[in-house]
Amino acid sequence: MSRDRIGASELLRLDAVSMHYGAGENSVTALSGVDLSIKRGELVAIMGASGSGKSTLLTIAGGLVTPTSGEVIIHGQYLRDAKPAQLAAIRRRTLGFVFQDFNLVPALTAVENVSLPLELDGWKRSKARRAALDALHLVELDDRADHFPDDLSGGQQQRVAIARAVVGGRALILADEPTGALDSQTGELVLRMLRSRIDEGAGGILVTHDARHAAWADRIVFLRDGRVVDESRRDDASSLLAAGA
Amino acid sequence: MSVRHGLLALLSQGPSYGYQLKVEFERRTGDSWPVNVGQVYNTLDRLERDGLVERGETDGDGHVFYAITESGAAEARSWLEGPVVRGAAARDELAVKLALAVTLPDVDPEAIIHAQRVATIRSLQELTRSKAAGGDPDSPEEFAWQLVVDALIFQAEAEVRWLEHSEARIRRLQARTSAGGAAGGTTASAPRTAPAELPAPTTASVR
Repeated sequence: MSRDRIGASELLRLDAVSMHYGAGENSVTALSGVDLSIKRGELVAIMGASGSGKSTLLTIAGGLVTPTSGEVIIHGQYLRDAKPAQLAAIRRRTLGFVFQDFNLVPALTAVENVSLPLELDGWKRSKARRAALDALHLVELDDRADHFPDDLSGGQQQRVAIARAVVGGRALILADEPTGALDSQTGELVLRMLRSRIDEGAGGILVTHDARHAAWADRIVFLRDGRVVDESRRDDASSLLAAGA
Repeated sequence: MSVRHGLLALLSQGPSYGYQLKVEFERRTGDSWPVNVGQVYNTLDRLERDGLVERGETDGDGHVFYAITESGAAEARSWLEGPVVRGAAARDELAVKLALAVTLPDVDPEAIIHAQRVATIRSLQELTRSKAAGGDPDSPEEFAWQLVVDALIFQAEAEVRWLEHSEARIRRLQARTSAGGAAGGTTASAPRTAPAELPAPTTASVR
């Protein structure tokens, strides 16, 4: 495996990543030779049917699972070479996860949920709280900072989750069906906020089965049976509206 | 839908002259359907012939005002309140293309699906970008325009879902025919009795 230097703006790279479960005749291929690169300011959507490998790809990109073969490189660090403590530190400091069902701690307020990963990383409570309040400001939830998740709507809870994903300067957002539990308009608001975090210098992967949501990404990758079958970039999109469609 | 119904709906709010109707029609539909003023006057002539509008006074600038008649108002109401009935799905070029493709032996329907999906997703990305960059959604013109963009976005999304559904069906069929030892893939010589999901007539029932 060649170990090229990756550009400073490249946050994540997957090189020929494959994932097989089981062995011999019962072996199942979840991903096969997937290459992917995410730069700052770039959101990549992963689409595909159930079982196409979308979620496997996200867990591998997040360092939660080690692929059978291929390399995952985050901020220039090859995850395969990282010791468990290093891997945990990369996850805490670089990656933010957003899930369909928000995954907020119900006993903590919004601001406590957001500051939690920083405190776990050794930040002083007061400094972590200030950073969490800044992150909540970015998702326009300043006035909900001291509310518990149960007192927030689904859309507000997901915005808290986005704040938690970017707090403390974490640069790579990994979102798994973040709008799956939200109505159409609320989902769109959450995507606008995710998009604006990306536009301000983060990078992200958005796993979705919904083309309307994937369209917020710069690039859309289609998986089928663990392989990339199609790819669409928005740079070469032709204008429909100019034609007065 | 025709410009005819749009003009009647506008005239139900009070008399107007041709150019005014053109401007109002475009403004209220978010500039999504440009009409030329000649088209507006032709339509007004036909509406007058059909007794749905009446030619009224001319102002000092020479503008001829048209007013809606009772039967015109009824027609406008009936159009606004009634559902839109779309043309038969069979006229959808993409559906026809794919339907033909699955019956032709040397055409790969999955390649058609892939090419279309990339093109449709690109349109969807472009529409989403235009909407995201849009202006103040509280202004009536912007709001009207965004409604039209939303309609295009939802149509494109539906097309992508249909393409994925079709791809899955084609792959299931291929898996069944190859498991059954059938040759000839999805070729169907008699579409009416052997629709796309059925293999060639020589193969045993797959349903």
